[in-house]
Amino acid sequence: MPDALLSTRELEAHYGDFQALFGISIDVFPEEVIAIIGANGAGKTTLMRSITGLLRNEPEMVVWKGQSVGGFRADQVAHLGIAMVPEGRQLFQSLSVKENLIIGGQMGRKGPWSLEKVYELFPILKERRNVPATALSGGQQQMVAIGRALMSNPDILLFDEISLGLAPIIIKSIYEALPKIIGQGMSAIIVEQDIAKAVSVSSRVYCLQEGRISLKGRSDELTREAISAAYFGV
Amino acid sequence: MDWINAIIQGILLGGLYALFAAGLSLIFGVMRLVNIAHGDLIVLAAFLGLTITTALGVSPLIALLLVVPVMAAIGYVLQRGILNQTLGEDILPPLLVTFGLSVIIQNGLLEIYSADPQKMSAGALETASIALPGDLNIGVLPLMMFVVAVAVIAGLQWIFYHSSLGRAFRAVSDKQDIAQLMGLNKAHVFGLAMALSLAVVGIAGVFLGIRTSFDPSIGPGRLIFGFEAVIIGGLGNIWGTLIGGIILGVSQNIGAQINPGWQLLAGHIAFLFVLAVRPRGLFPRID
Repeated sequence: MPDALLSTRELEAHYGDFQALFGISIDVFPEEVIAIIGANGAGKTTLMRSITGLLRNEPEMVVWKGQSVGGFRADQVAHLGIAMVPEGRQLFQSLSVKENLIIGGQMGRKGPWSLEKVYELFPILKERRNVPATALSGGQQQMVAIGRALMSNPDILLFDEISLGLAPIIIKSIYEALPKIIGQGMSAIIVEQDIAKAVSVSSRVYCLQEGRISLKGRSDELTREAISAAYFGV
Repeated sequence: MDWINAIIQGILLGGLYALFAAGLSLIFGVMRLVNIAHGDLIVLAAFLGLTITTALGVSPLIALLLVVPVMAAIGYVLQRGILNQTLGEDILPPLLVTFGLSVIIQNGLLEIYSADPQKMSAGALETASIALPGDLNIGVLPLMMFVVAVAVIAGLQWIFYHSSLGRAFRAVSDKQDIAQLMGLNKAHVFGLAMALSLAVVGIAGVFLGIRTSFDPSIGPGRLIFGFEAVIIGGLGNIWGTLIGGIILGVSQNIGAQINPGWQLLAGHIAFLFVLAVRPRGLFPRID
């Protein structure tokens, strides 16, 4: 097995006195898609915030290509090639669709993605490029959020709650677009509450429960019963 | 004719007030920081201009070439060194720290330059004027200041809405966390915003020093004019700030025309009137 691209090592996270994560260790290998599932409050988003540097950690708790990066600021982490599609899209409301995409690419990292490529993937965004980003529908906003993350040509893409708050038909089309998105030699972490969706797109799954990993394994080997048990803690 | 003259002079004065206000508005827009020391920084810039003009024997307008970059550098260092540490959920720390800064600047200037009123001379330019039909005269210097003010406002508007720096300003202003995910270091972006703000303060300070006499204690008064222009124009709207400055300048001059003692009062009344009728200003952009 090759060396992991991204790992967390006994990662802990706190909000004041409240401890949200207890000793989380995950690995993502090059060109691999993993899924992180768990109920509300299990710590999925906290884990994403820790990896991206929005929460500061001990340096050795996050390892990127063999380098300890847990102490990096979020903008330094972004420069490494770690991008996130945040929960709830989080588009910049003062920026147009096009500006949201451009700002995603402002680090100037080289790679296959450009404004043109993103427009090719989501043609509707080209049509609506001069509209304020928050004037779009939820599904279109998710496209902007994905495009904005792709514009930085990341080595790994984190999708936080990729389908939360979106209509089923939109979720379906986003999952259909996923292979085209990740199929460019990228790794991905997909955070999902929908177990079936998560299992179908990933090679490995980690299940979080109350800040701990309650189950991990290959997506094609885990039974539904085992996942349910780990998910709900019953 | 006196009335028309008062209005025209008021409009030109409004340009200077807009310069006082523009940097204040920029900083509030980008990082929700209310800079209580803004007026004292204007006075600091005026004294800096005075020092340069006397030391090098150049016109204050030439001194701008030094004052503006020096003020910008002070802004960046001030932001990275002190003000960034005060920003957070609580809006009180930046208010207190900039208030403290205001006291420090005033006393520092008093120590170095004494309380004597000072003035910079722009030479023959100060008395030059353009004659208009109907016995009206427009001073070349006030007109030039107004044109510069409009150009500065237009420049800020362009930077804010059409440059990558402005995009970064708006992104950080919208969502600091997410902007960091785009690789923007907010500490640096804030530093650049303060540098830009104080670059404008540099111009405002030198113009103030040419136009009127100044001493270390007048900063807070300039801050009030800046605040009033920003609020009349509407928060977050840079062109609105120019309109706000003009309304303030015209009101003051009309007040002075009625009775010289009413100059400042008339400006404040105009401000209170706008605040009562349109609490969010005339052209608000920020909710």
